[in-house]
Amino acid sequence: MADAAIRREADSTLAIEVRGLTRRFGAFVAVNDLAFGVRSGEIFGFLGANGAGKSTTIRMLCGLLRPTSGTALVGGVDVSRDPEGVKRRIGYMSQKFSLYEALTVDQNIRFFGGIYGLSGQRFDERRRFVLDMAGLSGREHTLTKELPGGWRQRLALGCAILHEPRIVFLDEPTGGVDPLSRRRFWDLIGDLSRSGVTVLVTTHYLDEAEHCHRLAIIHAGRLAALGTAGELKEVFASRPILEINASKPVDAMQILDGLPAVEKTSLFGTSVHAVLRREDIESSVLTDALRAGGVDVRSLDRVSPSLEDVFLDVVESAGAAS
Amino acid sequence: MIRTTLAVGMKELRQIMRDRRTLLILLFVPAFFLLLYGYALNFDIRHVRLAVQDRDRSTASRALVSAFVNSGYFDLAGYVDGDTELKDLVNQNRARAILSVPVGFGRDVAVRRPVTVQVVIDGDNANTAATVVGYARLLIAEFGAARSPVTPSGVEGRPSIPIITVEPRIWYNPQLRSTLFLVPGLIAYISMITAVVSTALSVVREKERGTMEQVRMAPVNPLAYILGKTLPYLAISFVSGLLIIITAMVLFDLPMRGSWGLLCFAIGLFLVGAQAQGLLISTITDTQQVAFQIALLSSFLPTFILSGFIFPISSMPPVIQVISHIVPARYFLVALRAIVLKGAGIEAFWEQMAALAVFATIALALASLRLKAEWS
Repeated sequence: MADAAIRREADSTLAIEVRGLTRRFGAFVAVNDLAFGVRSGEIFGFLGANGAGKSTTIRMLCGLLRPTSGTALVGGVDVSRDPEGVKRRIGYMSQKFSLYEALTVDQNIRFFGGIYGLSGQRFDERRRFVLDMAGLSGREHTLTKELPGGWRQRLALGCAILHEPRIVFLDEPTGGVDPLSRRRFWDLIGDLSRSGVTVLVTTHYLDEAEHCHRLAIIHAGRLAALGTAGELKEVFASRPILEINASKPVDAMQILDGLPAVEKTSLFGTSVHAVLRREDIESSVLTDALRAGGVDVRSLDRVSPSLEDVFLDVVESAGAAS
Repeated sequence: MIRTTLAVGMKELRQIMRDRRTLLILLFVPAFFLLLYGYALNFDIRHVRLAVQDRDRSTASRALVSAFVNSGYFDLAGYVDGDTELKDLVNQNRARAILSVPVGFGRDVAVRRPVTVQVVIDGDNANTAATVVGYARLLIAEFGAARSPVTPSGVEGRPSIPIITVEPRIWYNPQLRSTLFLVPGLIAYISMITAVVSTALSVVREKERGTMEQVRMAPVNPLAYILGKTLPYLAISFVSGLLIIITAMVLFDLPMRGSWGLLCFAIGLFLVGAQAQGLLISTITDTQQVAFQIALLSSFLPTFILSGFIFPISSMPPVIQVISHIVPARYFLVALRAIVLKGAGIEAFWEQMAALAVFATIALALASLRLKAEWS
């Protein structure tokens, strides 16, 4: 009893709550028994390869697609029972920055204000807010198609939060945008989060995922890992990662894969990452083997795991398990 | 809901305004089409070059020739004597018809003895030839009738034989100008294409660009959205339809004998049906290219061939006649001709109006069913 009461209290601070969420398309299971919670004000990263089920999940959470089974509460509203109620509470922006390119900045803002039912003073305030936020003050009458990618992206975000939703879904929002604009965009997401807005974001860029408070990795429609970036990196706690710069990286990988001490190797640019099976393995075992195989070792350092290491490891073991 | 419609409608209008080319195409190309078709699709034959072989050279024969020339249908290409000369004229295309008056024509006419004149027509275009024969017959019959003195009854104790003459009278279009007959068809034809194509494209464009997905993420009533998207095109198609009629009135002396209110009502009803067809197409296609092709084919072909625009429905094979019942332009044409040419009231064509309403209702119902399935 006490346990249930505590859980209910914890749940009440959840902006998004997903239990057993499943979606089938014919025989294909796109999303399989997904369960997670997103806390209010959290930046929640949703990682997964193309076709892993990210977009299907987001479409269900936005009330656009009905779940086959399971429940999802968004802002306390059941997506199956009241999809329109969900739509009122959320903002959505996709990689395509779905703005009307033949319209000006101002006309786009007016259109989205109109369909979200904003008018009068509230609209004027929100319009000014969006123009300031996107850095588009003074460019109200520029055609949207003439804006550089970064500006367009910020305008799309502005249009998505015009009606001050408490929960925002961003579906690969930084695709095709230069690094500086991406950086500025993540600053905006941080601002949103600090003002209490919950942000669920999917991304391909694993370096960006470091900005998220918590991450979910999904693979083949299932949740493969969930936690902060630090927690996820714990999978390598007793498995050191060595970064090796060698003359012949491909030969080096072959040699290392043959060693009993090495669990697996992967290529990171021109260097090789080797995951060791245990903490107490001397690195000289590796260098000796490489030299014996005719590979010139330039450097060999222990590195802390990156999210890319984590992602590859999680997806690999999830793939092996299924 | 009204606010959504307004927001979407304003957005759509701004997009159309921005795209000046599309706006011009929507508004003025229809009237331009009318010019093209109006002048090119002309089944009248005028100024047929006529060569005359007058063997009689009497007052009567000269009167007959001037009757031909004054009719406006024939232009005198010249007088000839020999047969070989005649042949050359026709072969060199300097004359398309020959009127040959025999010796003794004037004398025979004066005493009312039957006489035959010969009319030779270049038959390389069968349609033209048939029409020219018709003109020539009529002119000769008129000429003969005018020459017959009215015989007072009871002269020489014999009852007079009434001379029965066929007196063709064609109502509403006494000169039988095909333009008058074609203009209502053109209005139907052009409005149908622009309404179906523009509506289908405007919806599919949003699907293709992904803006539709964005709008669906908002708490928007699909009906309000669709109204907002279609009303601007309804207004534009309407204006463009009226422009065609005004152009036809100015350039082709189209009479507008009926009520403008009724005309607007008929055009409106027809356009709503056409837009519903466009919407239906937009729900079954995902790319502008496919939508454009289906919209064009489904509006252009039936309206051109099956509506009675050019080919009379009564002369079609029975199966085709049955199929023609689902072509809305068929009904619109009857109503339009009744209003514009005859000045008829609604009692003359309420059945056609009802058929248009049925078409619009069914198309709208199908489109909204499909939309609903797509939207959620």
